[in-house]
Amino acid sequence: MDSKNSTKPKYIGVIGVGSFGAAIANILAAKSLVMVYARKQEVVDEINASHSAQGKKLSENIIASNDPEQLCKSCDVLFFMVPSSGFQNVVRTFSPFLFPYHLIIHGTKGLCLNLKEGETLETVKKIKRSQILTMSEVILQETVAVRVGCLAGPNLSKELAQGQPAATVIASKYNEVILEGQSLLRSEKFQVYGNSDIIGVEISGVLKNIIAIASGALAGLGLGENAKGLLISRGMVEMIHLGNALGGSIKSVMGLAGIGDLVATCNSVHSRNFSVGFRLAKGESLDAILADMDEVAEGINTVRIIKAFLETADLRAPITENLYRVLFEDLEIEEALQFLMKYPFNVDVDFV
Amino acid sequence: MEEKYIKHKYEPIHPSKDEWPVVKLARERKEFVKKVADLSEDRILKLTSNNPDILKEELETTLYREKLRIKQNPWVVDPDDDGSFWSGVKSSLVQISTEAGRNKVKKFQEYKSVLNSITARYAEEIASNFKATHYKFTRSVVTYGFSRLLNAARVKGFKSIFSNQYTLQDKIQITGETDQLRDLATKGTVVMVPTHFSNLDSILIGWVISVLGLPPFIYGAGLNLFNISIFAYFMNSLGAYKVDRRKKNLMYLETLKTYSKEAIQFGCHSLFFPGGTRSRSGMIESKLKLGLLSTAIEAQRANFENGLNDISGKIFIVPVTINYHFVLEAPSLIRDHLSITGQERYYKENDEFSNSYKISKFLIKFFTKGSDISVSVGKAMDVLGNYVDVDGRSLDKHGRVINTRDYFISDGKVSVDNQREEEYTNMLGKRIVEEFHKINRVFNSHLVAFVAFEMIKKQNRKLDLFDLLRLPEEEISIPYEDFKAGCQLVLDKINELKSQGLINTAPHLSLDMDEIIKRGMENVGMYHAKRPIIQDNNGDIGTDDMSLLYFYHNRLTGYGLEKLY
Repeated sequence: MDSKNSTKPKYIGVIGVGSFGAAIANILAAKSLVMVYARKQEVVDEINASHSAQGKKLSENIIASNDPEQLCKSCDVLFFMVPSSGFQNVVRTFSPFLFPYHLIIHGTKGLCLNLKEGETLETVKKIKRSQILTMSEVILQETVAVRVGCLAGPNLSKELAQGQPAATVIASKYNEVILEGQSLLRSEKFQVYGNSDIIGVEISGVLKNIIAIASGALAGLGLGENAKGLLISRGMVEMIHLGNALGGSIKSVMGLAGIGDLVATCNSVHSRNFSVGFRLAKGESLDAILADMDEVAEGINTVRIIKAFLETADLRAPITENLYRVLFEDLEIEEALQFLMKYPFNVDVDFV
Repeated sequence: MEEKYIKHKYEPIHPSKDEWPVVKLARERKEFVKKVADLSEDRILKLTSNNPDILKEELETTLYREKLRIKQNPWVVDPDDDGSFWSGVKSSLVQISTEAGRNKVKKFQEYKSVLNSITARYAEEIASNFKATHYKFTRSVVTYGFSRLLNAARVKGFKSIFSNQYTLQDKIQITGETDQLRDLATKGTVVMVPTHFSNLDSILIGWVISVLGLPPFIYGAGLNLFNISIFAYFMNSLGAYKVDRRKKNLMYLETLKTYSKEAIQFGCHSLFFPGGTRSRSGMIESKLKLGLLSTAIEAQRANFENGLNDISGKIFIVPVTINYHFVLEAPSLIRDHLSITGQERYYKENDEFSNSYKISKFLIKFFTKGSDISVSVGKAMDVLGNYVDVDGRSLDKHGRVINTRDYFISDGKVSVDNQREEEYTNMLGKRIVEEFHKINRVFNSHLVAFVAFEMIKKQNRKLDLFDLLRLPEEEISIPYEDFKAGCQLVLDKINELKSQGLINTAPHLSLDMDEIIKRGMENVGMYHAKRPIIQDNNGDIGTDDMSLLYFYHNRLTGYGLEKLY
C-alpha cells in the first residue's frame, strides 16, 4: 500500500457536499486538510476554483475530487454525508477502494432496506428487523471496513455554518473511532461526546425525523406550546419503544442524539422534516412539497419503513402510524390529531 | 453402500517429528514456562495500572479464592503442596503489609515477587507435558485398538480379530476442506475450533488430526479430565495443556491467556473448544467463550508487530463440527441445561464419564454397534473471519485480496488497542457460529428428533417448554403418516437451505423417506436406556424420554425450521 507514504500529507475525506456535509467539512478543515467527494464535475471545479459549493462557502483547506479511488488513497478517515436514498450506491462505489485500515464515520439519519432482488417496499409490505439496515450496517455489509462510527445530534446545518455553539455524538463500538472523531472535530464551539451504542444513536437520529414532521404539522395547524410539549414527550416514548425493538438502548434515546436532536428539530423552521409537516398542515399535497425541496426530507422514507416494520413487530407506535396515514392515505391532519387525543395512553412513563 | 466417502491416506505433512512445533516447544519447555510467567506478570501489572494498592488487593482476592477452593473443592490432580504454597503467599503478604520501615517502592517490589511466584506456579501447572514417544504410542494404541474392535464386530469369525477390512475411517468420516487445512498447516499456524458435545471429542479430534497427517495440536483440556488416569495419559500425550475451571481469578486467567497466545506465536497449532464446555442443550454453540479466542487475535497482532507479515506469521481459524447420532452424556447434559434454565432443581454435575470402566464399556458398545460419526472441516478464515485463498491470503466478500495487517493499523502503524481486539473477538465469534451452521451435517437421527419434538409441541400449543417436557410419555402419539409428511416438509426446507450453502447433509438423507425415518429412529440416542423416539404397534410415533428428545431436537435449532410448524 504505497498510499501509506508518510511524506504525503493525509487528508480527511468527506463524501457529499450537501448542507450538512459542507458544514462538517468546514469544521474539519479548521484542523486538517480535507478532500471532499462530489459526483458532478462542475461542483468539483467550483470547489477547487472558488471554494464554494452551490453557494455554500467552503474553507480554503478543502479540495474536491470526483474520483473515489483518489479519496480512499489520500484519506485514512472518511466521513460519509450523503442522503440515505443514495447511500448504498455511494458506498458501493467506494467499496473497491476501501481497506480494513480505513475509519468511516457517517452522518446520515436514515434507513435502507435489505431486500432480495426484485423486491420493493410496495411488494413485501411487511419487513423484519433483518431487512432494515442502518447506515453503519450498510457500510459493514458492503465494504471491508469494520471500524465504523456515526455522527448524530442537534446539528442544524445553518447554525453550524454560522459558527454557533453546538455539540454532537460520535457513536462507535470502537473507542479509537470515537477518539479520532473527537480529535478531528472538537473545537471551542463544537463539543463532541462519545457513545458505544452505535445502533441506538443511529436509530435515535432516524426516528426523531418522524416526530419532527408531526411537530411541523402541529405548528402548521397553529397549535401552541402545550401541544408541542405533549408531542415531544409522547414522541420520545415512541422513539424509545421503537428504538428498543430495533436494537438500540434506551439510554441513547435519552442522549444528545435522541432528545437533544428531537427538541432542536421540533422547534426549528430550518429543518426540512419540520417544513414538510408544516406545509402539509397548510394544505399542500405531499407531491407538491417534495417537488420543490432541493434536499431530501429523510423522515418521509423513514415513516414508510417503520410502518412496514410495525407490521411484524409486536408494538404500537400511534404517532408513526397516523402520520403514515396522513402522508400516504389522505387522512386529514385534524382527524389524525383527534385520533391521537383519544388514544388510550394511560401510562406516562413505562420504560424505566 | 449408498454412502461413498473417499477414504484417503494422508501422508504426514512434517515427516520428521523434530519439525513439529509442539516438539520444539516441549524441548524448550522450561524457558517457555518462564517466559509465560514473566509476560503474565507484565500483563497483570498493566491491568492493575502498576499501582501497589490495587495489586495487593488482587493478590489478596486470589489468595482468598484459592484457599476456598482447596477447602471446598479439592481434586485428585491438585498438587500436594497446594496448601503450603498458598500459606506461604499468605504469610508473605502479611509480612509485607505489617512490617514497618519499608518504603512504597520496596513494598511494590515485594508484591511483584509474590505475583511472579504465583504466575510461575500457574504457568508450570498449565504447561503441557507433551512427549513425542508417548504421542506415537498413544496414537498407535488408539488406532490399533479401535480397528481391532471394529473388525471383530463387523467381520464374523475368529480370524476377524486380525482382519484389516475395516478401519476407523469407516466409522468416522472426515469431510470438508481437509486439503486446505493440511496445506495451511505447513505454511502458517492453525487454530482449530470444533463444536463440543461430548467428552470423547478431545480424543476424537486428536485422532482426526493425526489421520490428516497433521502434527499434534495443543489444546486446553479441562483439568477435571486429568482426574481420570486413562484420560490424563491420553491428554498429556496429545499435547493438552490444562485449564482449571475452578480458578477464575485474574492471575490465573491472564496466565492462561498468555500461555495460549505465546504458544500460537511459537507456531504451535492449537485447538479451542470455543463453547468453553460441552453444549448442555444439544444446540450448536451460539454464544462462544471468547477468552481463548482473543489470544488468537492477540498473537496475530503480535506477529505483525514483530514484522512477521508473510504467511509464516499468519493465523488461520478452522471451524469444525462433529456430528453424532448419539451423545453418551446426553441425559445428564440436558438435565443440567434444564435445571439451569428452569432454575428449579439443585444443580449437580453428574458425569457419565466418571470412571475408566464406563468409558471402556461405551467404547466397546460404540465399536460393536453402528453409530457413525462425521467430522466436517470448514473453510479456513483469518482472525477476522475472512475466508482465505490457496496461498493463505485473506479475501473480502467480493473476493478481493486484503491484508489482515490493515485491521490493526492506526496512523499507518500496527497498534495495540485492547478494546478494538475485544470487538474483533466478538466478530470472530459470530463468524465461527455462522460457519458451524453452514458445515453442520444433518443426520437422519437429527431430522426425526427435530420433527417429532416440533410435532409434539404443536399438539400441545398451550404448554410452555417445562410443562411440555413433563407431559406423561404415554399421552404422546403422532400418527405415522403425519410424521412422515412432517419429515418431508423439514427435509425439503433443509435441502433448500443446503442449496444456498447454509447447511450440509449426510448422503443417507437422499434415501426414501420411510427408510430415512426407520434408520433415524434406530440411530437417535441408540444406547440410552430410554429411547428418545419409539414406534408403537400401529406404527405411531412416541417417546420414552421427552428431555432426551428435546436434546437431540436442539441440534437443528438456529435455522428457522421451527417456523414450519
